[in-house]
Amino acid sequence: MTEHVSLLLGRLGPDALPFYSWVAFSGALVTLAGGVGFLAVVTWLGQWRALWTGWLTSVDHKRIGIMYIVLALVMLVRGFVDAIMMRLQQALSYNSDGYLPPEHFEQIFSSHGTIMIFFMAMPFMTGLLNYIIPLQIGARDVAFPVLNAISFWLTAAGAGLMLISLVIGRFSTAGWTGYPPYSGVEFTPGVGVDYWIWSIMVSGVGTTMTGINFVVTILRKRAPGMLLMRMPMFTWTGLCSSILIIFAFPALTVATGMLALDRTLGMHFFTNDAGGNMMNYMNLFWIWGHPEVYILILPAFGIFSEVVATFSSKRLFGYPSLVYATAVIAILSFTVWLHHFFTMGASANVNAVFGIATMVIAVPTGVKVFDWLFTMFRGRIRFEPPMLYTIGFMCLFVIGGMSGVLLAIPPINYSTHNTTFLVAHFHNMVIPGVLFGYLAGYMYWFPKAFGFHLDPTWGARSFWFWLIGFLLAFMPLYLLGLMGMPRRMETYGNAEWQPLLIVAFIGACLILMGIVCLVIQLWVSIKYRRALRDTTGDPWDGRTLEWSMPSPPPEWNFDAVPVVTTRDAFHEAKYSGTPMKSVPQPGTLHVPRNSVVGPCMGFGGFCVGFGAVWFIWWLALAGLAVAVGALIGRAFVQNTEREVAPDLGAKTT
Amino acid sequence: MTGPIADAVDALMWQAFGLMLVIVVPVIALTLFIAWRYRASGGSGTHQPDWDHSRAVEITVWGIPVLMIAILATWVWEKTHALDPYKVLPGAKPLQIEAIALDWKWLFIYPELNIGTVNELAFPVGQPVTFRITSEVAMNSFMIPALGGQIYAMAGMETKLNLQANETGTMQGRNMQFSGDGFAGQTFEALSMSQDDFEAWVSKVQDSDTPLDHATFAEVRKPSVDAPVRYFSTVPPDFFSKRVAHFMGMEHEMMHGTKAANE
Repeated sequence: MTEHVSLLLGRLGPDALPFYSWVAFSGALVTLAGGVGFLAVVTWLGQWRALWTGWLTSVDHKRIGIMYIVLALVMLVRGFVDAIMMRLQQALSYNSDGYLPPEHFEQIFSSHGTIMIFFMAMPFMTGLLNYIIPLQIGARDVAFPVLNAISFWLTAAGAGLMLISLVIGRFSTAGWTGYPPYSGVEFTPGVGVDYWIWSIMVSGVGTTMTGINFVVTILRKRAPGMLLMRMPMFTWTGLCSSILIIFAFPALTVATGMLALDRTLGMHFFTNDAGGNMMNYMNLFWIWGHPEVYILILPAFGIFSEVVATFSSKRLFGYPSLVYATAVIAILSFTVWLHHFFTMGASANVNAVFGIATMVIAVPTGVKVFDWLFTMFRGRIRFEPPMLYTIGFMCLFVIGGMSGVLLAIPPINYSTHNTTFLVAHFHNMVIPGVLFGYLAGYMYWFPKAFGFHLDPTWGARSFWFWLIGFLLAFMPLYLLGLMGMPRRMETYGNAEWQPLLIVAFIGACLILMGIVCLVIQLWVSIKYRRALRDTTGDPWDGRTLEWSMPSPPPEWNFDAVPVVTTRDAFHEAKYSGTPMKSVPQPGTLHVPRNSVVGPCMGFGGFCVGFGAVWFIWWLALAGLAVAVGALIGRAFVQNTEREVAPDLGAKTT
Repeated sequence: MTGPIADAVDALMWQAFGLMLVIVVPVIALTLFIAWRYRASGGSGTHQPDWDHSRAVEITVWGIPVLMIAILATWVWEKTHALDPYKVLPGAKPLQIEAIALDWKWLFIYPELNIGTVNELAFPVGQPVTFRITSEVAMNSFMIPALGGQIYAMAGMETKLNLQANETGTMQGRNMQFSGDGFAGQTFEALSMSQDDFEAWVSKVQDSDTPLDHATFAEVRKPSVDAPVRYFSTVPPDFFSKRVAHFMGMEHEMMHGTKAANE
């Protein structure tokens, strides 16, 4: 490489500023304004100390969970802006350049996918796991509270790298999958792919630790009597998802790490020449990537299971089936990665085996849908927003499942791979499947976290806009894919594609309305929080332990840890009139003290990433020193807990 | 405009789609019906809050998907072998065409006819065609949607695809795998023509005054967007195999032949 690398600033120079197009400049401006605006508001309100002690250094799983979800919602907006920009470009660009130059369009589709998977869906899921699972299993916190904070801050550091790539330098143009050799320096020099690599590598380390944390939490911190087969479905799915994280994420770290070695040190793992082989990357990437789909969707299935039972006022139908189906999906998810590249020219035997393995996953998934259906059967269904999202999911998800089975048939895959049919399929999985699930969970558990409801009218409006918007945005993409339209087209010359792309753009506009409704819902709910107050702690007539405590729960969760004697123990106790027994408690409890290790690790991780992207090696080393120093420093902290007395605690009931 | 592969894939698609509709339509209808019938505000269904198990239901809900996937799996096994892109199509001796992906265009070589083109492909109607495919640049994916599926084009590797057209006419072919700024325009025309027309087309290419030598190839290899059609009167022997071997640093070992890494 011939580019100039200085000792102080690496390859960072004035050309890194976004003056190359008005779109890039506006994006940078909005990002900066958002950051500065946030700092200004906190300063104006004089809340720096409260923010620092109450949130940023907190190791309380509930606070961390909320911070994860705030991060996810912010990134949802950012990722959606990318989405609607792409839809507008394609609606306009029949026989024309549209309004985006190719390089810019490429950055947008790359950042859209990266953000939505790594910095919207993952934090949203992790936030829900964080908030709910300890409450559902009767634990006072996760197994490793400080590690939990470190996980969050590393995720935030990755998201920070994503956001700063809008202002300083450019983002990757190689798609969210970063396939080499295109993502190698030969075809994509510059910092874009490096931003992509380091943002997902830094956050991926955090995610791996989250997986470890939750497996240990669920296996070791359950209340007495909470046998595995008495755990709520959301906890079960969280367990399976965490196990998948532990096994899958190292593959991603290795794949992106090797790509970084190729790019930065001139190695040849995935290059065209010198013995590199790009298919090795693809295998590694999808050995992570396919389980990743289930890492995201299993907890959503768990949420649907909780919601459908609660709002049908009925026990969950076929609980053992659902548990086994979840476990089977988790195991099978590691056996199908090759279906992401049937078209590499493998033999018919190989492709047929992986095609059939893929279809087999439809069996446990189908069982789940039937079990939810039979949970509703002979229930008393209340159409609160979480339930609306669940019913919408059940209707749309089977369509996505159907297109998934079609894609799993290799001869059909040869024709539909790389087309918008594939794009429609996976959005059909992740919008109704993953996102509807998380939104249902957000509206379901919000009163638990904050002590007041989210406004149901605006919740229902958001649902209808999302539902219809989704159909309009993605059904045309199925058709376009069958007509042979490739994904990632900046411009095209086929007149018959344009009307469908305009419909898809209108769908994206309706989804925008859905997001606006979510924002209004939050605003209206905060404004009228007195009227929407939940004083019972159990606003939905819930079934699981998190509803047995006040909303919001005290810092130590349970005044007295309950003894669980059956599945849905809280619901049983509520209706039988005999309260749950609890473990005798000492007069005082210990809760972990705040820790600065999390923010230090996040700051260090950000510096490592930023330094490695720009070849500012002193910064990368300094960041590493901060991160490692914080960890070592933590080992010398003796006084890690403080005492609280539950009886003196502020209770809302 | 169709071919035997595209027709078979279409039929398979409708068959699988139809089979799945047998389950999917009732599930959607039942979801909406049950949601309405058992609604808390004025629904007419009975309420059985503790009903959470039924052996008959369990057997049915596991049985139906198992049955359906069993049927689909036999189709997958059979059709994946029948429609294997590497399988030479029956009938006349296939025409050999070699396709090399470049930024952002396609170079086609007819080794038996010793000619080459950029962004234009012709073959006689009704005669099977065997493509050998590779890339000089990033990974590409070669596809003529009207005739059938796609196969990746990768540097240093060779993949294969067998296609055939049933009618004469002009089709669009393209790279399906995103490969950079010129990707959107990386298309070519595939002409299916009568035997006579094909022979005339071959003579036309042979009459071009440019041979594909090293200098020409170096020039063609340079990245270009929406590249025009070009004809090459002659092509050096074993050109394709040498380009594949070139990336493996073993151009001199050509006598051993080259093999696709995943063949």
